[in-house]
Amino acid sequence: MNRIDATFRKLKKRGRRALIPFVTAGYPGLGATEKIVLGLESAGADVVELGVPFSDPIADGPVIQMSSFEALKKGVTLKDVLGLVGRLRRRTQIPLVAMTYFNPVLQYGPRRFVTDALKAGLDGVIIPDLPPQEEKDFQAEARRKGLAVVLFISPTTPPARARTIAAQARGFIYFVSLVGVTGARRKLPPDLKARLAAAKRIAGETPVCVGFGVSSPKQVRELGRYCDGVIVGSAVVNKIREGLRLKDYAARTAAFVRSLKGTHV
Amino acid sequence: MKPLLPDKNGHYGVFGGQYMPETLMTPLRDLEAAYRRLRRDASFKREVEYYLRHYAGRPTPLYFCKQLSSVLGRGRIYLKREDLLHTGSHKINNALAQGLLARRMGKKRIVAETGAGQHGVATATVCALFGLECHVYMGTEDMERQALNVYRMKLLGARVVPVTSGSRTLKDAMSEAIRDWVTNVKTTYYLLGSVGGPHPYPEMVRDFQTVIGKEARQQVLKIEGRLPKYLVACVGGGSNSIGLFHPFYNDRSVRFLGVEAAGFGLKTGRHSATLVAGRVGVLHGAKSFLLQDKDGQVKIAHSVAAGLDYPGVGPEHAYYRQTGRAQYAAVTDREAIEAFGLLSKTEGIIPALESSHALAYLPKLAKHLKKNDIVIVCLSGRGDKDANTLSHESH
Repeated sequence: MNRIDATFRKLKKRGRRALIPFVTAGYPGLGATEKIVLGLESAGADVVELGVPFSDPIADGPVIQMSSFEALKKGVTLKDVLGLVGRLRRRTQIPLVAMTYFNPVLQYGPRRFVTDALKAGLDGVIIPDLPPQEEKDFQAEARRKGLAVVLFISPTTPPARARTIAAQARGFIYFVSLVGVTGARRKLPPDLKARLAAAKRIAGETPVCVGFGVSSPKQVRELGRYCDGVIVGSAVVNKIREGLRLKDYAARTAAFVRSLKGTHV
Repeated sequence: MKPLLPDKNGHYGVFGGQYMPETLMTPLRDLEAAYRRLRRDASFKREVEYYLRHYAGRPTPLYFCKQLSSVLGRGRIYLKREDLLHTGSHKINNALAQGLLARRMGKKRIVAETGAGQHGVATATVCALFGLECHVYMGTEDMERQALNVYRMKLLGARVVPVTSGSRTLKDAMSEAIRDWVTNVKTTYYLLGSVGGPHPYPEMVRDFQTVIGKEARQQVLKIEGRLPKYLVACVGGGSNSIGLFHPFYNDRSVRFLGVEAAGFGLKTGRHSATLVAGRVGVLHGAKSFLLQDKDGQVKIAHSVAAGLDYPGVGPEHAYYRQTGRAQYAAVTDREAIEAFGLLSKTEGIIPALESSHALAYLPKLAKHLKKNDIVIVCLSGRGDKDANTLSHESH
């Protein structure tokens, strides 16, 4: 069984939710990311999302854009990220999901990517600019081989389309909390809980995890009641940034994730 | 026979599509539905035609360049004078039509990206005319190069939003406009300026620009009684060229020639020649040709013409290239600047630096022409905006 499915099954049995932190691979360096991910695991992360840097991250807000550009300056490529996954796999069995824009996958070769990603020990892929109706061969191939293609449901997705998406999604459904780009928000939309409940009904057995804008223990605690997992991206990357000067980013991100986890496990 | 382009999912062969975040899928579908409905609506068509004629100044002349033809030695060179339109370029054709579409859709807030500022000025103009709120994203590098257009946009009541990310040019302005749209999608209409981006934009913008080719075809038949041998136009994102080419698609004897910006030279790597030197990739919602490194990171384009300074190109051009319907070439900054001077001196017409790229290919093309072969060049914009840039060059 795929590590993602096994993790959600285990959490469900215990009546718990997944905490899914996001970090940009290669920010501030590939070695640093390795250390950070291991720290996140011991802090209680259930799944880790690894951002693949891209030159034109249209779905991302300023914080993830910044980390992506910094990683690119160091020359971090999709191949490097798979290498990082391989190294992490010698030390941890935590589910790892890559978040990448489609063009790096296209240049790598979509079929080759599926093979190499699985070989490295990657469990799933999130591609924000690839809707279910494009590159169907690639998406089918990934599903067949067991690389989970995580799909999005957003506030603008009508119910009929959400049902199609739920049928094709593997691993979990990425439920976008708000209309916008990634980035911490103090307040989340008031109708979020109702929409989450509707998405849960449509998703059936597939776990629904909510992301975009989530940044505080309070938000995690509240949202945790209505879904199967919470994704925290920009707020985690911010902790890395804050830790650059004293080089204590691994400890800082771990402490932050522990504070998020403490509120809802 | 003319293939039905794009197909119902917005693909041109393997190109095009909707490579966009899920949040934009339904808004794109709504836009497509609104466009399909209005395209058949007689009152909408009348409205567009009214503003194109009485506000923008259509039809534009098809002008025979006697002196330029004689300097080149062969061929009969005609210019399609889009430079004479209100705001100074073909961009107004699309901005007016999309502005009317936005108004019909009940959207009051408009966002747009701009490189040279021509599309930004056209959009700001249309927003002033129709009373719409206007936000134009522009890279700070371009704001410096095109200060006059920044001033014009502000004068027209638009907010010009400086973009400091990435290369600070058109590509980053477009990313930022998309981010605004995805954030404010319920109230906002994204008025895209070229034939790129996700479906239905490449189709819609093409349709709004085909007025160029439709007029030119009628005019050349009336003046010369025959079709041209070549159509020549510059290609950045590709809207003026598609607008000229598309109505001649089934005239198989008419050859299409798109001219890209070779910048400092193709070998230097500092250029914007996407179709000549790029590879297939995905950027800003469409699969097309792209300037990129081997890992799929988008490269920074370069051209002296800010309006060509974009590492992507519309998917219909990618399809024309792949099927051989059009040929693409590239000319350097230097060649474009020479052509800029040549047209100014021979015909008393100062062309935009973008359009100068199309003109710069004429000496090379002339070698393959017979004396009476007709060539139509799209003079997509006027060059006043470039005077500042060029007065700094040593002549």
